[in-house]
Amino acid sequence: MIELKKLCKVYKTADKEIVALDNIDLCIEDGEIFGIIGLSGAGKSTLVRCINLLEMPTDGEVIIDGQSLTKLPRNELLKLRQQIGMIFQSFNLLEQRTVLKNVCFPLEIAGVNKREATERAHELLKLVGLDDRAQSYPSQLSGGQKQRVAIARALATQPKYLLCDEATSALDPNTTRQILDLLKEINEKLGVTIVVITHEMKVIDRICDSVAVIDASHIAEVGKVSQVFTNPKSKIARDLIVPKDSTAIDTEGGRRIRLTFDGYEKTNDPFISRMVLECGAAVNILFADTRIYDGVLHGHMVVELPKEQREANKIITWLVNNDVKWKEEI
Amino acid sequence: MLSEMFYKLWNNNLIQLGVWETIYMTFISSAFAYIIGLPLGVILNITDKKGICPRPGVNSVLGLVVNFFRSIPFIILMVAMLPVAKLVVGTQLGNKAVIVMLIIAAAPYVARMCESSLNEVNAGVIEAAQSMGANNLEIIFKVLIPEAKPALITGASISIVTILGYSAMAATLGGTGLGQIAIIYGHQRSNDDITWICVFLTVIIVQIIQVIGSYIARKTDKRINH
Repeated sequence: MIELKKLCKVYKTADKEIVALDNIDLCIEDGEIFGIIGLSGAGKSTLVRCINLLEMPTDGEVIIDGQSLTKLPRNELLKLRQQIGMIFQSFNLLEQRTVLKNVCFPLEIAGVNKREATERAHELLKLVGLDDRAQSYPSQLSGGQKQRVAIARALATQPKYLLCDEATSALDPNTTRQILDLLKEINEKLGVTIVVITHEMKVIDRICDSVAVIDASHIAEVGKVSQVFTNPKSKIARDLIVPKDSTAIDTEGGRRIRLTFDGYEKTNDPFISRMVLECGAAVNILFADTRIYDGVLHGHMVVELPKEQREANKIITWLVNNDVKWKEEI
Repeated sequence: MLSEMFYKLWNNNLIQLGVWETIYMTFISSAFAYIIGLPLGVILNITDKKGICPRPGVNSVLGLVVNFFRSIPFIILMVAMLPVAKLVVGTQLGNKAVIVMLIIAAAPYVARMCESSLNEVNAGVIEAAQSMGANNLEIIFKVLIPEAKPALITGASISIVTILGYSAMAATLGGTGLGQIAIIYGHQRSNDDITWICVFLTVIIVQIIQVIGSYIARKTDKRINH
C-alpha cells in the first residue's frame, strides 16, 4: 500500500515560492490500478515523482508498505526503488544499448548475474511481445514498441508497484489502447499495483479502478472510477469527465435535458426507443457518452425535447415514472 | 623547384622525424589531457545545478579555474608554466617540457568539451536510471558516459586537432616537430617551400584524425539505423 500524508512540495525561485503540491493525502491499495488525472501544470508529475522520491517532498510523508521513505538512508532508498518500476511519456530508453541490454539494465543495478539477467529479460520481452527485437536498438523501434521495452525494463526487478507518468500521451489512439491493455494484463497476471498519471479521461476509463482528480496542487476529488465518473462533485472533475456542452450540437429546437445514468441496471433495455414509442413523441439525441461498469450502465446523454409543450411534458413524466435522472441543460 | 635545404632535410630523415614527433607529442599530450580532462568534465556536469549531484560551490570554483586557463593564449601560458614543467619533468627544455605544457593547456579545453558532450545526454534517461535505484557512480559509468560516447569521440577528434595546433606553437620554446622545421628552416632561413610543405603535411595529419574520428563516432552511435 502506498500512503501519502500531508504531502507538500514547494519550489523556491529567486523571488517567489511556487507550490506544486499542497497537503496531498492519498491511499493507493495493493492490487489496484490507481489513476491520477489533472490538467497540465496541476502537479500530477511532481506527485508521482514524490512517490519514489525522485522529487524530495518539502513536507509530509510517503509511506510504502508501512515504511516511511523520507526518513530512509540513501542506500536503502535506492534498494527500495527497485521495488517501484517507472515508465515515462518519452520512454527514456538507453539509446546506445540494445533492447535486451535495456531490460537487463535494472538487473545490473540490482546486482543480478549476467546469465540470470539475460534469461529474465527474454522472459519479459516475451511478455510484452518483443522477444524477436531483443538485438534491435531503440532507434529502430516505433513509439509503442519503445514503451513496451520500457515496461519490460520497469518490471525486470519484479517490482510490487509500477508508476506510469503519462505513459501513453505520446502514442496514437490504437497504440495507446494496446499499451493500456498490456498494463491491465500485467496488473491482473502479476498482481502489480499500478499508478497511472494522465490528462486523458479515456485512460482512466479504460483501466483504472480508482481515480484522484488533481487541480491546482490539490486533490479535488478521489474515489472509485464508476463513482467519480457518474457523479463528479468538483468542478474540475466535471470538466474533465463530462465533456463540455459544446460537444452537443447547437439546435434551435425545444428544451434540452441531460439524462444521467449511475447504476441503470437494465443494460439491455433499449429505453430511448421504448420512451419514444410509449410517449409517441420523438427526441433528438444531441450527445451521448455512456458505458458499462460491472454490468451497470453509467454515463450521460443530452436530448432535445419536442417543441410542443404537451409532448415534452409526456416525456418528462415518462422519465420520472421510469426512475431516470434528468436535469435541465442550459 | 625545391630548395637545396629541403633535400638536405629529407635525405637526413628530418622531415619524416618532424612528422613523427608532431604525431607523437600530440597523442601523448591528448592522452594525458583526457586522463585529467574527462574526470573534470564529469565533475562539471554532475555538480551543475541540473546535474545528478548538484554542488554549486564546487561547480563554480572548478568552472572558474577552467575558464582561467582557457582564457590565456597558449603562447603566454607556455612561458608562464615553465616552472611547472621543471617541477614535473625536471627540465624547462625540449619535448618533455612541451608535453607538460600541452597537457596543462589542453586539459581545461578537454574538460569543457566533455562537459558539453555529457550535457547532451537526455535528462529523462538519467531519471529512469535513478528510478531503478542506480547510484551516482552507476549513472556516470553506465548511463552518462556510454550514452554520450559518440559525442565524446567527435569531441576528441576536435580536441586532438587543437592540441596538434598547440604543439606547433611549442616550437618557439624548443619543441620539435613540424612547427620547429617550419620556423627554423622555413621562416628563419627564408625557404618558403619548406614552410608550405610543413603546412601541407599538417593538413594531411589533421584530415586523417578528423576522418578516423568521424568514422568511429558514426560506427559507435546506435541512434542511426544501420
